[in-house]
Amino acid sequence: MQHIVIIGNGISGITAARHIRKKSDHRITVISAETDHFFSRTALMYIYMGHMQYRHTKPYEDWFWKKNRIDLKRAYVENVDTSAKTLNLSGGEQMKYDKLVLATGSKSNKFGWPGQDLKAVQGLYSYQDLESMEEDTKNISRAVIVGGGLIGIEMAEMLLSRNIPVTFLVREASFWDHVLPAEESEMINRHIREHHVDLLLSTDLKEILPDENGRARAVVTGNGEEIACQFVGLTAGVSPNVDFLRSSGIEINRGIMVDACLKTSVDDIYAIGDCAEFRQAIGERRPIEQVWYTGRMMGEALAETICNQDTKYNPGVWFNSAKFFDIEYQTYGWVWAKPKENESTFYWEHERGKKSVRIVFDKASDQVLGVNVFGIRFRHEICDIWIKKEKSIQYAMEHLREANFDPEFFKRHEEEIVNAFNLTFPDKSVTLKKKKKLLALFG
Amino acid sequence: MTNLIRKSGLVLFVFGLGFFVSALFFGKYQLNEDALRSSVYGDENKVATLSETMADVMGKEFGNSHQFAKEFLSAFHQKNEQLKADEQWDKVIWDNPKEVTMRAGKGAYVGWIKDNSAGAFALTFIVAILGAIMYITPKFNDGPAGIKNNGIYHSSMKSRGLLGIITGAFLISFYIVLYFAPQYVVPWTLIVDPVSRALSGGEASQWFLYGLLYTLAVIVMGVRMISKYRHSPYQIIRTFSVMFFQTAFAFIIPEILIRLNKPYFDFKDMWPLNYDFFDAWSLDQLQSAGGLGIFMLAWGITLFAVGVPVFTYFFGKRWYCSWVCGCGGLAETLGDPYRQLSNKSLGAWKIERYLIHGVLVFAVVMTAGVLYTYFTGAGSVIGINTGSLRTTYGFAIGSVFAGVIGTGFYPLMGNRAWCRFGCPLAAYLGMVQKFKSRFRITTNGGQCISCGNCSTHCEMGIDVRHYAQRGQSIIRSSCVGCGVCSSVCPRGVLNLEVKDEEGRYNEPILIGNDSIKVAE
Repeated sequence: MQHIVIIGNGISGITAARHIRKKSDHRITVISAETDHFFSRTALMYIYMGHMQYRHTKPYEDWFWKKNRIDLKRAYVENVDTSAKTLNLSGGEQMKYDKLVLATGSKSNKFGWPGQDLKAVQGLYSYQDLESMEEDTKNISRAVIVGGGLIGIEMAEMLLSRNIPVTFLVREASFWDHVLPAEESEMINRHIREHHVDLLLSTDLKEILPDENGRARAVVTGNGEEIACQFVGLTAGVSPNVDFLRSSGIEINRGIMVDACLKTSVDDIYAIGDCAEFRQAIGERRPIEQVWYTGRMMGEALAETICNQDTKYNPGVWFNSAKFFDIEYQTYGWVWAKPKENESTFYWEHERGKKSVRIVFDKASDQVLGVNVFGIRFRHEICDIWIKKEKSIQYAMEHLREANFDPEFFKRHEEEIVNAFNLTFPDKSVTLKKKKKLLALFG
Repeated sequence: MTNLIRKSGLVLFVFGLGFFVSALFFGKYQLNEDALRSSVYGDENKVATLSETMADVMGKEFGNSHQFAKEFLSAFHQKNEQLKADEQWDKVIWDNPKEVTMRAGKGAYVGWIKDNSAGAFALTFIVAILGAIMYITPKFNDGPAGIKNNGIYHSSMKSRGLLGIITGAFLISFYIVLYFAPQYVVPWTLIVDPVSRALSGGEASQWFLYGLLYTLAVIVMGVRMISKYRHSPYQIIRTFSVMFFQTAFAFIIPEILIRLNKPYFDFKDMWPLNYDFFDAWSLDQLQSAGGLGIFMLAWGITLFAVGVPVFTYFFGKRWYCSWVCGCGGLAETLGDPYRQLSNKSLGAWKIERYLIHGVLVFAVVMTAGVLYTYFTGAGSVIGINTGSLRTTYGFAIGSVFAGVIGTGFYPLMGNRAWCRFGCPLAAYLGMVQKFKSRFRITTNGGQCISCGNCSTHCEMGIDVRHYAQRGQSIIRSSCVGCGVCSSVCPRGVLNLEVKDEEGRYNEPILIGNDSIKVAE
């Protein structure tokens, strides 16, 4: 029986712990400085908005850990002594390990803006961020958010739920336009403004100005405009939370360097989740993946490596999802902001501008490469098959009904979409497969 | 402007409600011959007995319902006890004493409300409804359609704060008075008399009052439900459905049947939820009501014997619980603000399974006993008195569990406490749903982020996330298919579906490493 110590109780560390427990009898300790128990980071916004309380964000009841013999330790790891296989915890305590799993997650990016460390200036990643946001947004009359990504728009939604006016500084010419194609990006611009957010595109942050108490009182934009505010959200991405490991001898670039089996440069030390950086990226995936499900998959793969045999992290076809205020977004495969040389793209947008479907396919082979859906739910399994099995765009169009995952009675648009496709690509014209008749009424 | 309308609406609602509650304390009571007659539906023998019984009470003026009821009941009991002691069984009045008192009270009542019941109706019901509508309808304009759960857990009303506790206490008191002390609600029944006369032609009982309040609650809060979920056709259609079935089937049609001198019958209600369907008086009444009565009898039996398995096979138990049922209708409308208060723990689920199936067994045993007595005339089976079994069930399950706890505890235990822990019909529907149905909630591959919105807003206390994060279909006997988990999911993970039974208890897909392995 070995002592497996996992630093970080997020989705990666906890998935690893649970699967190691399933597969072995090792002693397992999970260390976190953040919270006593695992909670869903993605739900922090809902606590602030009053949709849920902290307790609801815990996927497992508190008795679960003892029952499964997973020891939880609330502590901050100061550094790792890899030669003595010992962790030095804050307060002077030490902990020995046989195998160490680093699942330390991310921290919010700060790019050296003057005033970035003032009070009421923060990102949104940890439970502590939520607490300080709660504290610093009381009775304020305006907030400014800097950085047009997923956390930025979540933060805008959070603040609006408390009737706090929001100015949203986005450096790019359109929201998230390095990820989203122009049409989808524009749809979200419109939707952000529909929610009365003061969206300032092509605007960057120059500095944050303090009041006499060292609290943010205004921001100055790149073109010199001063915007009075009492809270500044810095949401220009996150990067691996690895500073405490810099002196440990473990090879670190932006993240902790790992091979395909999640092993670091030091024996018996592994890294998973947001903090891991792959020496060799998998397919088109980025070397650092900061997504919920990738952390989960890495945790699962690593448990197999630790308990049985070396197992590569193998996440399959890329997918992701998000929600921008009221518009849900799902993506499968690769849809780039600008189509690549070999790619052709079909885009349909609903007349009211809140739903869209985009399918990217290879010009030569017609093979489906990626799917973007906004305001409509698609079936993961079907999209995965299209891409993995190299189905053609014609096949996808014919079988479009199968992909829909919207609730019953929702308006369906397949016919409209296929008609639009046939108009755009007359040489590829298809006929939409009919609904199952007769018993269709009963599903 | 919107805020002004909403605030004025709230003021009006509180005024209407306040007037309604305080109406209980208005008026005087003076018993007269007519009041006595109507208290026993004009049965001359009873009237004769009561007249001598009430000699001391007659003509005396009482300042409130409490004093009147106390003396009336005391005289009533004294006489009845004496008659029993003298073994004058044919003269004993077997009617429910409190209900006799209430009906006598209606006749004995002297005061403004009685002379101006239409005015009182306007000041209470109309004002409160108008206020509620003014408060609710501006919500249709509260920004783009979407999930509207902001501030639920900052709200005292919706998160077991002081307002929630007060509301719970009020509802609990309301049910206790309604079920166990109807003699105190005389002014309320007077207020709704005009409506009752218009519908059935008769005077309002406390049950008519309850039915009217219930229906109005479903309609008004149904409008709220629709405004809240206006982005979801599923929720809109479903809410219209419960509003329709409550208004037409549970309220108006039975009243019209009474007007036509037919048995009171709710065509969507069924055994074992409707536990008095097999009572002797009910069976006799239906059999003596001609072709229609026989049809009602056959309909009532077919509905639970054939309707439940067939419809549940094709649609899941939701066809009843969240589309048709009155208890479900109230829970989905009046109760919607409290859905998040259900307990999601494993412990609660264990209690649920013992309790709800226990009630089902109780209902079956009770009904079997009642039918045994009906067909054989024997009052007891293996030493158990079927009459007292039936009385116990009616009191403990029918009144206390379904009413006082089921609805009274909305702001404390969530809106489905009865449906989840007590309803025998839900237990029966649930068994069919679990073992022989095409219904399930499917999860969408690996998209779940374990946020917990689905579990939090599940009124039945199902830990939906537990299944969603494993990529497993949700097949739980308790699921009423309200569809709110699917609505609140920010990642489009959950969908209510009816498909081939095959693969229903599926292996998780696309969730783990290699996109195929099982996460759990």
